[in-house]
Order: sequence, then C-alpha cells, then structure tokens
Amino acid sequence: MPRRDDIHKILVLGSGPIVIGQAAEFDYSGVQACKVLLEEGYEVVLVNSNPATIMTDPEFATATYVEPLLPGPVAQVIAKERPDALLPTLGGQTALNLARALYEDGTLERYGVQLIGADYEAIGRAEDRELFRRTMEEAGLRMPASGIAHAVDEALAFAEENGYPVIVRPAYTLGGQGGGVAHDADELRAVAARGLEASPIGQILIDQSVIGWGEFELEVMRDRNDNCVIICSIENVDPMGVHTGDSVTVAPQQTLPDRLYQKLRDQAFKVIRAVGVETGGSNVQFAVNPRTEEILVIEMNPRVSRSSALASKATGFPIAKIAARLAVGYALDEIDNDITRRTPAAFEPTIDYVVVKWPRFAFEKFQGVDAGLTTHMKSVGEAMAIGRTFGQAFLKAMRSRELDAAPKLDGTLEELLTRLEQPSADRYDVLLEALRRGAAIEELHARTGIDPWFLRELHAVATDPDAVFAGERSFKAVDTCAAEFEAETPYYYSGWERRRASEVDRGRNRSVVILGSGPNRIGQGIEFDYCCVHAAMTVRESGRDAVMVNCNPETVSTDYDTSDRLYFEPLTLEDVLGVVEVEQPEGVIVQFGGQTPLKLAAGLQAAGVPLLGTSVDAIDRAEDRGRFGALLAELGYQAPPYATAQSPQEALRVAPQVGFPLLVRPSYVLGGRAMEIVYSEEGLAAYFERVRPQGEIYLDRFLENAIEVDVDALCDGEQTWIGGIMQHVEEAGIHSGDSACALPPHSLGAEELEEIRRQVDGIARGLGVVGLINIQFAVAEGRVYVIEANPRASRTVPFVSKAIGVPLAKMACRIMLGERIADLGLPADPMGGGHVSVKEAVMPFNRFSGTDALLGPEMRSTGEVMGIAADFPTAFAKAQAAAGSALPSSGTVFLSVTDEDKAAAVGIALLLHDLGFTIVATRGTAQALRPYGVPVETLNKIGEGSPHVVDRIEAGDVDLVINTPTGSGARSDGWEIRRAAIAHGVPCITTLAGGLAAARAIRAARMSGEAEVRSLQEIHGMAVAETA
Amino acid sequence: MSYLLLEDGTRFDGDPAGASGHVTGEVVFTTGMSGYQESVTDPSFRRQIIVFTYPHIGNYGVRRSAMESDAVHARGVVMRSAVNHADAPGAEGGWLDWLAGEGVPALTGVDTRAVVRYLRDKGSMRGGIFPASMPEAEAMEHVRAEAPMAGLDLAREVTPAEPILHGAGNDGPLIVAIDTGIKGSIVRNLVARGARVELHPCTASAAELAARGGDAYFLANGPGDPAALGYVVETLRELIGTKPTFGICLGHQLLSRAVGLETFKLPFGHRGANHPVKDLETGTVEITSQNHGFAVVGPGGQHRLETDEPVRWETDFGAAQLSHINLYDRTVEGLTLLDVPGGTVQYHPEAGPGPNDSLYLFDRFLEQIAHA
Repeated sequence: MPRRDDIHKILVLGSGPIVIGQAAEFDYSGVQACKVLLEEGYEVVLVNSNPATIMTDPEFATATYVEPLLPGPVAQVIAKERPDALLPTLGGQTALNLARALYEDGTLERYGVQLIGADYEAIGRAEDRELFRRTMEEAGLRMPASGIAHAVDEALAFAEENGYPVIVRPAYTLGGQGGGVAHDADELRAVAARGLEASPIGQILIDQSVIGWGEFELEVMRDRNDNCVIICSIENVDPMGVHTGDSVTVAPQQTLPDRLYQKLRDQAFKVIRAVGVETGGSNVQFAVNPRTEEILVIEMNPRVSRSSALASKATGFPIAKIAARLAVGYALDEIDNDITRRTPAAFEPTIDYVVVKWPRFAFEKFQGVDAGLTTHMKSVGEAMAIGRTFGQAFLKAMRSRELDAAPKLDGTLEELLTRLEQPSADRYDVLLEALRRGAAIEELHARTGIDPWFLRELHAVATDPDAVFAGERSFKAVDTCAAEFEAETPYYYSGWERRRASEVDRGRNRSVVILGSGPNRIGQGIEFDYCCVHAAMTVRESGRDAVMVNCNPETVSTDYDTSDRLYFEPLTLEDVLGVVEVEQPEGVIVQFGGQTPLKLAAGLQAAGVPLLGTSVDAIDRAEDRGRFGALLAELGYQAPPYATAQSPQEALRVAPQVGFPLLVRPSYVLGGRAMEIVYSEEGLAAYFERVRPQGEIYLDRFLENAIEVDVDALCDGEQTWIGGIMQHVEEAGIHSGDSACALPPHSLGAEELEEIRRQVDGIARGLGVVGLINIQFAVAEGRVYVIEANPRASRTVPFVSKAIGVPLAKMACRIMLGERIADLGLPADPMGGGHVSVKEAVMPFNRFSGTDALLGPEMRSTGEVMGIAADFPTAFAKAQAAAGSALPSSGTVFLSVTDEDKAAAVGIALLLHDLGFTIVATRGTAQALRPYGVPVETLNKIGEGSPHVVDRIEAGDVDLVINTPTGSGARSDGWEIRRAAIAHGVPCITTLAGGLAAARAIRAARMSGEAEVRSLQEIHGMAVAETA
Repeated sequence: MSYLLLEDGTRFDGDPAGASGHVTGEVVFTTGMSGYQESVTDPSFRRQIIVFTYPHIGNYGVRRSAMESDAVHARGVVMRSAVNHADAPGAEGGWLDWLAGEGVPALTGVDTRAVVRYLRDKGSMRGGIFPASMPEAEAMEHVRAEAPMAGLDLAREVTPAEPILHGAGNDGPLIVAIDTGIKGSIVRNLVARGARVELHPCTASAAELAARGGDAYFLANGPGDPAALGYVVETLRELIGTKPTFGICLGHQLLSRAVGLETFKLPFGHRGANHPVKDLETGTVEITSQNHGFAVVGPGGQHRLETDEPVRWETDFGAAQLSHINLYDRTVEGLTLLDVPGGTVQYHPEAGPGPNDSLYLFDRFLEQIAHA
C-alpha cells in the first residue's frame, strides 16, 4: 500500500523537557520522523516545549511551536494549523497522554484530526492496566497475578491474598514513576500511597513479584498488512526487580535457547496484534523463568521508547523512521533498508557483535535519597558500547560512564556480597571486585539472581581484563545483516581481533572529527548533543566529511544519518586516538560536547592531533584561576574576590581574606558539583567535613542579591558577536543551569548592558577565542563582575539560537573551519525581535523523595523548557506551565520567607491579594504582611501541631507555595513544606525573585487571557521547511 | 592454536575447541543468533564447516530437545567466542564437551566476521580446520582432497537404511516421505497435526513408495547438490500427479527438477533465521529459517525475479506458479503446481532453529491432503 494522499498536514508531538524516564531518545525519534514526513511531502506541525532539541530546529518542520505540551496550548495550535492527522507515538508517554486528552476533550473530533500510528482504543488497551490484562488474557497470554487498587486498603487486601513481595506501579506515568517494591504491609502502605498520588487517574497496579526472573524486551514492528518483525531482543543483565532503564542491558538476548526465544517472539506478535497497534513500533517486556520456561508478559509500550532508540542504535534499523513511514501508509516491504540500500525493511536485523547499555546515575547530587535500584527509574542517562564479545562491550560501556568518582570497593568480601543483594548504581563495580577476590559464581548467582552465563563472562572480565582486549583494534561495521550483504551507510565500532581487520573506507575527502558529550548526566545533557549535531551539519555543508564519535544511544548525534561516518566509541583519549588513527582528520572539534571532549583536548594536542577552534592554551587560560585573574586585571575588569587553596586547611586560612559569604567548590567541576555557599568559617569547615574535596579548592566571594547574567557570544579571534544576553530570574547563587532566565534581559539598564558587551568583547578577544564563549556576570549595585568564562558551547546555546533565530553552534563551527564573523551575515541586533523568551529548568525532585527541593549553587535540573511571548510575564507563565508547574489563576497562596526577605515579600503578597488570592502564611511572615493591609490567615508550623501547613498542602487547600529557605537542614519545616508541595504537584517557588515573576505572570494571564501561539518560523520570519 | 584454511590459501587463526584432529568440508556461514545445536544436527549441513556469525556460541549448553537428528552432521564449527556452560538452566550438557564427544573439531577466537566478509565476496569454498602443528601445505592437500559440493550426492549418507514410521498412534493421513536427511522438526510438525509419517530411504523406487498406499508424498530437506540426485528425480516423475506432493528445501529443488525446472548453486547460500519471504498469494511477509546452497531457476531462466506477481512456468506436469519469493535476493522460495496437486517451499517452515511464522504451511498441507 503506498503513501496516503488523503492527509496533507501532520501534527507531531514531542516529549517536552528531559526528565528521568524521558530523555533525548525522543528527540532522536522525533527528528527521524519529522525528516521522513517532510521527505514524503507532508506538512509537519511540531509542538515541543524543549528548546534544546534538534527537532525544534525550524528546518525540521513546516511550523514549529515551542509551547507547553498541555491540552490548552496544543488545542490552540490545532485550531490555528488545522492538521489532518496527529502522530502521537514519537513523543513518549507525554505525547501519548496528551493525545488521549485531546481525544477525550473532543478537540480532535472538533477539528477533524485523526490519530495515526496508534488509535485511541489501542493506546487505552496498552496503557490502562486493567484493559491490558484483559486483552492479554483474551489473547491467551499470561501475566503475573495482579490487582488494581484505587486506595491503599485495596492494595493491602491484594497482598494478603497473593503474598509479598509485591510490585506497585501507578497507571499512566512515565518510567514507572512513583512505583516500587513492597516486602511487607508497612512498605506497601507507603509505596501504594505514593503510587496513587503519582498516577494522574489515581490508580495503581499491584503485581505478583517476579523478582529474580529473567527480564527480556522485544522491539516489534507491524505494518498495515499485518506483517510483524522483531527488530531486536534485549536481555536485562539485572533480573526482574530493577527498572529496565536502570538495568545494564545487552542485545541480542544471550541466555535463551532458540525454541524459548521463538516463543517470546510469537508472544510479542500476539501482544501487538491484540493491543491493536496497526502500524509502527512497540516494546514488549517479558519475565522468563529460565528453569520452568514460564513466560509472563509484563507490559507493552505502543510507541517508540528508550528501548527502541537503543534497539535502533544497536542494530542499524531506524525504528522511528520506519514507524513514520508505516504510519502514512507504507508496508515494510515497500521501504528500503537504509543501511544496505539493497534489501527491504521487511526483515529482522541479525547482529554479529554484542551491545551493552549502562545506565548513568547522579545520586551524588541528591543527598539523603535512597540510592537503591527498584522498579522506579532513577538513572539520568545511558552509555552504549559495541564489542565483538560481551566482555569487550561491557568494559567499553563501563568506561563510557565517565564517573566523577570511583565507587568505593573497600570492606570484606562478605560485606561486598551483602551489598550486592540490594541492586545499586555501583553494583557491577562491586561484583567485579568480588570476582577478583575469588567469590564463586554460584554464590554471586544466589545473591544477585544474575544468570550464570553473565557471571562467568564477568569473571573473565574481572580477572583478566587485558585478555578481553587481546589482539589489535579493528573497526567493524554495524550493517544489520552480519556482513551477509555489503552495506552502503554503515557505522563503526572497535573490536579487538587477533589481527587487525578494519572495515572503514574513509574515501579521500577531508574529514573533521566531532567529539560528542557521552552519556547524559546532570550538567551535561542534550544541549551539547544539539551543538555536536549542528557541527556535523556544518562540516558536511563545508564539503568535508563529518565524523562523529559518541557513545550515547539516546541522541541525534548517534543517528547514522547525522554524520558521514559514526564511531560508536567511548570518549576516552585512547578510544578517540584510535578513531583519529584511521580517519587522519583535518582537525578535531572539542568545543561542542561539554566537559567530556574538553578534558581530552590537552591529550589530543600532546599526541599531535590538530584541534579546530579555540586553542588548548586559551581554554587553560580561561579555566586556570590565576591566569584568568591576570587577564581580567590586565583588562581592568572586576571579579569578586577569590582565592585558590591546595587543601582544606589552606582554604580555611585564606577564607577571611576573600570574605563571607563565599562560594566554595573543588576545581574542574561540571554542573556545580559539590558547590556550596557558606556564610562563616564554621560553615566552611562543615563543608569540608561533608565533601572532603581532593585537589584544588576554589573560594569566591558570593555577591548577595546580585543579578546573574549569562552571555553567549561568537568570536573569530579578532571580532566578537553577542548572540544573547540572558538575565537570570533567580538571584546569583542559584546555579545557572537551574535558574530561569529571560532573553532579552528584563530589568538591566542600558549602561549595564553596554558594560557587559564591552567586557564580553574584551575577554573573548583577550583569550583568543575562535568559536563560542559563554561568560557569566553578576551585576550588583550597578557594577558588573565577571564570574567565569567558558570558551566552549554552553548549555544555553540552543535556547539562545531559538530565541534569536540564529543557529549559534553552526556559526561557531563555520568560524572554526576558517570563516570570519564578517562573512556570516549575522544580524546587528539579534535580540530585538520584539518577543521575550524565558528558559525554565525542570527539576527531578519528584523522583528522589528523600532530597530537599531547594535550588542552590549545585546544578540538579535534568532538562529545560522555553516559553516565548510578547512580554516577560507571559513568557514566564508559559515556561512554568511547560515545566509542569502551571501557575494557578486563583486560589490560595502559602507564603513563608526568611527575615531578610520579609520586606520584599510584601509586594508579592499585595499583588496576589489584588488578584483575588487568599494568602496564608506562617506566623512571622503573616506579621510582616499585616501592617501593609494584606489579609493573612496564620498557619501553624509543623512543631506547633495540627492542623499545620503540611496538613493544608496535603488536603489540597494550597495552590501555590512561595517558600524561601532558612536553611537546607533535612526535616526542617521548609524541607517538609517543599516535599509536600512536590508530592502533591503544587508549584513551589523557593526564591523571592521567582515569586515576583510568578505573581506578575499570573497578573498578565488574567489581563490578556489565553496567550497567543506563534511558530518559530513566524516569529523569526523564516521561510518554511521545504517539502519534497 | 589452530587454523581455518580455505581452498584458495586464505588462513584464519583460532584456538582449538571441541574434538582434536583436523577436518575438511565446504565452509559456509549462518547468520542465526541462536539455535547452534539445531544447526549442527541438521542433516543439510552434512560435509560442511559452519561459521557462526553470532560471536557467543554455547551460552545455554545442549539438550536432547534441540536435536534435529540423532547425530551431528556438520563437519566442523568456527566461532568467535565459544563457551561450554554445562550448568545453564535446562542444559543437559556443555556445548564444547558435547562437540568433543561427537568428534567434531571446532575453532574459537576466530575473527568470524572477516571470514564471512571473505566468503561473501568469494563465495562458499572448501576448507578445513587444522591444528597449528600441521603445515599449511599438508593441510591444503586435505582440502583439495575434499570433493566440491557441486555434483555431490550426500542424501545417501543420511538416508535411513529401512523405512521408519513416526506417529504410529495417529489416525490422520499417512504421509510417505523420501528421507534425504529430514529434520526432526518437520516430522514433529506433521505428527503434531495428526499425520503418520513414514520415512523411506532415498533409493526407494516409485513402485515401492506407491505400494505404501499413502495419502501424500513428502520430499525432505537434505544436503548436497540436487542435480546429483537424478535417481530421486526419476522416482518422483512417476509419483507426481498420483497424490498430493510437497517438498521443503532440497525436496523443493527435487520436485522442481522432477517437473523439468533447473537448479543452480548460489554464491554463498542462504543460511540464517532472518530472510524475508513474501507469500504472493496473501501479500504478507514471513521471516524464515533458511539453509540452502542451491536454488530453483525462475521462468525464462532468471535467477532473480524482479516481480511481485505470481509468475508461471510451463512444466512437464502443466503450469507451476511462483508462490513465494525471497525479498533479499529475489530468488524463488516456493511454487505451486496448478494442474497436479503439489507445492513446495525452499525455506524451513518447521523452524528449528528460527521463527515460527510459516508453520501455517503444515496446516495448509494437511488441509490439501484432506481435500484431495
């Protein structure tokens, strides 16, 4: 069946900000789908609130709306654009839930929009637990014993009947958010309550525990003719009980005999047919008892997923791309296999290598949380490696993690074995150590449930890692067919063989190697992948071959389409030099992938590898405090007083000279790791006690109540061009990655802006930057202070690019390839578009129930959203809504602020009172407000007894919390208030500046009603993307 | 150390595994990712050395239920990373112990991908597994002494001496099979559907077979060159038209030759579990298990059929229609005889190893017998 001609315009929904459980994989999938749909001649309307995505680049859609992924704004887009169809299967759970909501509220019917890819009923059958179970039973498939509960008592009754342990999962959430395992009634009460809260429909599923069974996933595709194929089987090395997103997984499956595997395959087809996904990809999860050969269906996702992205990268079969073609009418045998170009997509990839995926965790960022792994996903990123053997792939994936600190492996063997009983982030480090110390396979199997085949392979890895990499590095191709056919666009991985047998044919064209950013982690996420992809595009446009090196399977950069040659490799010096050796590139770009490639710059230079752009010396000059300080002094710019100490003792000695409060951190950090503001010598000593930093320690005077400013600029060594000046909403002291910011600045004066421009130019040229530079300033009492300069792509590059309509990373890459700023045709006033863009960070606090939801100098956000509007308050409101904390338009506001903040809180309270809000406050805050004529109800602090503030939040009586911290001590009142707000989905603002912005946003929404939606193409007056 | 030597002198080193000693045969590769035990016990791999493209082999040990015949037929096995793993869940023995016990020499630690790329470009060829102690010149003499696969009758090596009846307790149709090396899974599938299956030596005459009074004839898979089995073809010519006749793999080639069609040797064969085959009647695509080195020539003498139409041949027994086509290289994967009852497929609907997408063919076959 050929392409459908009865539809012309297709609405594609993205997945919004990067959060745990929903990350860059949906940018990868979305980009593929958008490209295909444009290629097929359809108009594509895209809605996604995440500016850091490639898919929201204007060239990937006919109309791109950076708007909140909520029914209201999307309905506005539908009313305006009138698409014929909605493709909801590429934007994760967010898009699927949104499509359901738009169906249920009648929007789709009203505007005649049909769902393609998966229809409403099919989505329901897959997503609604009860319906899914019934569907599976009707298809003759088994699931674990299960019950549905809408209340904690129902959950307890089920467990009484079926026994513990039980697994709790909330309905309609992503990444199993809010789920967990309960071993007894007490645990179940807590887990069930949390799950009910997390489910948007207040429903949880309780399962018979299959903890310890093997966990397998199959990626299935189906077309309109009912042809079904398995793209990839994935086996979790961690048995059932650990969320697949947190498990080390391997493809293809390793331990099932053929006949058992074929049963799984047959069942996967039954599942997709019974659910009724007519076209596209689905992920089906099974639990298998290897001894009894019992197979239980666990769940299915009727859409592309994290696993489908992994399967695509693992096999070379682009699931999202094919799914998009299937959705518009093609059959599998009518589509070509992109990699071979000589066989059809109706086949099952066969692979002749092993793929291992490792999760990347960030527990070090969240003090006090339970770091155990459960069915509730906690990892923030992943790395994938390919090897000729499991051992090679496992060790490559392990080194791809780029851990900040080595896991602790001390203690007796028995202690290590005990640690292994509870799955944890460092589980395999511990396991390898136990194997090195002679632990028996049987013992380890008993403690972990990990299949003996894996344990035996890991034994070899642990005891003789050199043997795993014996022989010579040979670059082999991923070709979907185990070399049965010649491949046209393969990608490569290094394997070690007896004799070198590399398959790379690099041709004769000049090439440029771009180093990616590795696994996503807090502080280094999709923004850097975005920049790397832009670099690849630019290198290709220049007529050179773009060569990408990266190990993150979620990303657009590791799509084989993005570069001329992709090397799926860890980003270590040795691995990169291996690529350089076969590529012999004109140069290597280290500026776009964050700290990961930057850390390699010196080593690459020492090995004689030419680097493009800003020199290693200039990078060092910006990062070395002494050298940078000298430059500032030379230029006559001010910086807050600072000192560098070699030890905590020295730091304590010099701290008084710097002056308190001060910002303390270890050197070379990413995302503000272990960065804190301390107010006294005692505070500093306590910090050292807690953090125990190694190496140099930086102390900076912290400027209180300063406005923080971020600038992204281009420089060709002689001329500087400023792309964007962003004013942070939160005052200085909140990590820039966690702070909301506005472009253009909303309250800086012309003189201050002029001074900032002057200093950016001075620093960029002074350092000799060739490419991008990001500089942070603090403005206090009219004076401009330089905080730091990073001569590389920053986290804000994609946001600025979308705000001003100029692709900064591409321009930077052109400069690095030899062009001058004057050649680039850049606008004189990029920020003068008459619109305001606000970026807001998205925090993972709801995932980490033990942590304090406070913003601070240490970055903890996982993603970001963008709001665009004609004025700052409206843009801020949009950004808040997109970030998942839509501001209320009426109701009750709870205020509790520190003594210093009390005067300033009056203005906010008055504004909200005038807007009709009821104000409630703790005693001190209430007393501060009353003299100004704000009617306030006083609430008890927790210590003053019920009913207190937390009771009120939990009762659903509070619609907005503004709470500035008096301290971040665990279990303090503030901590309990913030925890309760997050648990109950109440917007919680922890800075006064944020509170004021929120109040203004609420007022603006009240005055102007529904904010207008405008596409990026309209905003920037761009030509629309060409349809083929 | 040991090595794989190809007839053109190309050598790939590895570590010895399985039985000691040397062995020669046709070197072929299979791309299936699981089912190693099924493969080596498939009689169609007779006199062949199997290169497994999947690197880890032996992961789940061996077990009786995975036997496709009562012996190992492959001459040798070449692997990237073999393990014994006798204590895998459900395993009854270790893979390497078992190979050794069955007298099958093997290599592990070989850059199998390099071997496959070489065979893909040059085509399947003879070769052998040799201990490092044997000089290459001597090894080459052994390789040259191995008869080339083209023109080789191997059915006689695997056919039973006496007829064997399976499913004696069933009350379904009696299927008379010419056993040129039938896989256990084919018998199992027929018996599971109520049939009685009588396996006959491939040298049985038409009169002997007709005298069994069966309801249908079945032509099995098996090793070697169909062109060397003229005597089976002659037998078939007397049987075709008298009863519904079906064939799988070698059986498909033999039936095709019996009605007057030609076969040819594929450059490196089809061996694996992922080849897409399109059923031209329904338009659906099946993922199939494949193991063959020869194929049937299409109408007009074409090896590749650039059509999705059910084109026809004129045969000695009336018209034959293309029923299935391989979407990888567009070779013939099945045909239906229109004027006499019968049809065949080149691939392996019985799986073992491989996908179960085509099991329906056994149902179709038994329905046709019922309606004949």
